Amino acid sequence: MSAAAPAPGIGLVRTQPSARPGLVGQTFAGVCAISAWLGLGVLIVLLVGVLWQGAGWLSWSFMTHYDSRHPEQAGVLAGLWGSLWLVFLATIFAVPIGMGAGIFLEEYEKKGWLRTLIEINLSNLAGVPSIVYGILGMAVFVKMFGAFQGRPKVLEIGFASAHLEIPLPFGRTLLSGGLTLGLLILPMVIVVTREALRAVPASLRQASYALGATHWQTIRHQLLPAAIPGIITGVILSVSRAIGETAPLLVVGAAVYLANAPGGIESPVDVIKHPGGALEAPFDTFTALPVLIFNWISRPEKEYRHVAAAAILVLLGLLQVFNIAASVIRARMQHKARW
Amino acid sequence: MASILTTVGIIYVLVSETLIAIPPNEAFFQLVSPKQFFTDTRWTPQFSDRHFGILPLVCGTFLVAGIAALIGLPIGLAGSIYLSEYAAPRTRKVVKPILEILAGIPTVVFGYFALVFVTPYALRPIATGLFGLDVQVFNAASAGIVVGIMIIPIVSSLSEDALRAVPQALREAAYALGSSKYHVSTRVVVPAALSGILASFLLAISRAVGETMAVAIAAGQTPALTLNPLRSVETMTAYIVNVSFSDKPHQSLDFKALFAVAMTLFAITLVMNILSHLVMRRYRESYQ
Repeated sequence: MSAAAPAPGIGLVRTQPSARPGLVGQTFAGVCAISAWLGLGVLIVLLVGVLWQGAGWLSWSFMTHYDSRHPEQAGVLAGLWGSLWLVFLATIFAVPIGMGAGIFLEEYEKKGWLRTLIEINLSNLAGVPSIVYGILGMAVFVKMFGAFQGRPKVLEIGFASAHLEIPLPFGRTLLSGGLTLGLLILPMVIVVTREALRAVPASLRQASYALGATHWQTIRHQLLPAAIPGIITGVILSVSRAIGETAPLLVVGAAVYLANAPGGIESPVDVIKHPGGALEAPFDTFTALPVLIFNWISRPEKEYRHVAAAAILVLLGLLQVFNIAASVIRARMQHKARW
Repeated sequence: MASILTTVGIIYVLVSETLIAIPPNEAFFQLVSPKQFFTDTRWTPQFSDRHFGILPLVCGTFLVAGIAALIGLPIGLAGSIYLSEYAAPRTRKVVKPILEILAGIPTVVFGYFALVFVTPYALRPIATGLFGLDVQVFNAASAGIVVGIMIIPIVSSLSEDALRAVPQALREAAYALGSSKYHVSTRVVVPAALSGILASFLLAISRAVGETMAVAIAAGQTPALTLNPLRSVETMTAYIVNVSFSDKPHQSLDFKALFAVAMTLFAITLVMNILSHLVMRRYRESYQ
């Protein structure tokens, strides 16, 4: 015992740390581990609970029937088609604009006050509660700032044999809902586009320039093809966020009780049978899966809670389809890209 | 460009409906004085004796967000310390996707969970069974608990980024001085990442304040100036949903009140997000 124990007050650290994991250290490690795994616990309880409540109510007729005043006959058909339409419209609205904005920020506007402004703005938009987007959508798309002063106009467009009526303002239509969700996912699409472009190795770009390609040719033929799988994955993930959104749709005016699918399209075959329906659908009234779930939970009858649970299972299943699609694309991309 | 238009649109819509309106319309604050709006303690737009005092809604919002913070922030932080300091890479590979799945679950599902499971199977047995307290069907506690669960993934993923950004040299120096893992984590790494952790906390609270569906389902529709978590309250977001849900005519005062509430909500979350970014920027500067 040559080394004397350090006298109190001499050490640099006030309380003497020891390399041995003491009781406090072990407890701390345990608490941290439990916290991290708690997510799994919650997830299991949630899934088991919803399955327990809803599995018995899930059937083929549940998928192919409209909402009903009798819980046993209620189904999600209108909501399922509504959600798919909403996501489709939101995607075709947000993806071109979002990708354009992302390419502009990453490739053209390298610095300057405009870029700074857009960046601050983007990060703030990501934090705006989704219900505020709903209010924006209601004022802009549903009412169009009241520009028509309570006298709605109908814009008629005639094709060869088809005849399309577009109400102005859009009112509580599928289009208003889709555009609102589009605004909601727009910041996400911009961010994933930028990240995907940034992930393309600089050597690819330099090689392209070295071969005499212009900036545009480099973007068009090298950067975009290399970035597109990443962009698609990101877009699918933001879209799967949009499917679960309820609040903005309620504000925009999703119907809570609806006995027709948008444009009368009840199955994929109908798109071919009545192509006109597909054109009319955006101007039809709409509902969505999460809106139906919210409505069923709000009803006083206990049976509707089971209906809601079954609809939650459908919603989670739909989300799972999107997530699997995203991870398949991600896996293929990693397989293909050898930079 | 479009993103700036969105922001301009949001601000224009909120301002034009609450502060200054185009002549034929009237803005909310031209009909209700701002003094009443911010100081009155009653929110009763439906009654004949109308009061538009936002305090009960703000109180409900922060009661729910406070409960959520009490649950979500410590658990999220502890989880992030585990992921960054303790967990083996293989464990991380399992836990992180689970947290991502949790973050991807629609909020309406959490609302269902709060109403159908948390209140009857967790709150009632504890509060009523052990302490004999009365638990209402709709209550702030169940909403706060699920919102707390919802913000765990945000806190843990952002805090973990901050913890992992702490240079390895700092940890090694602390180990060289003979510290245990516990001391390295709590006395060196966490203080070094404190601003990043605070930023994640602010962002999570801002999410809790703006959270809508879980709260609209589970917290109830009773605007009340109370701090009792077992009672039914109404949050700002829940009010917006309930008014939209009930098909009020667009020229009515209740409907205009919706914009004033949305403006307050937008202002609160915006301030919190900006604060979070300012804190985050400080942290970025410290180790580069």
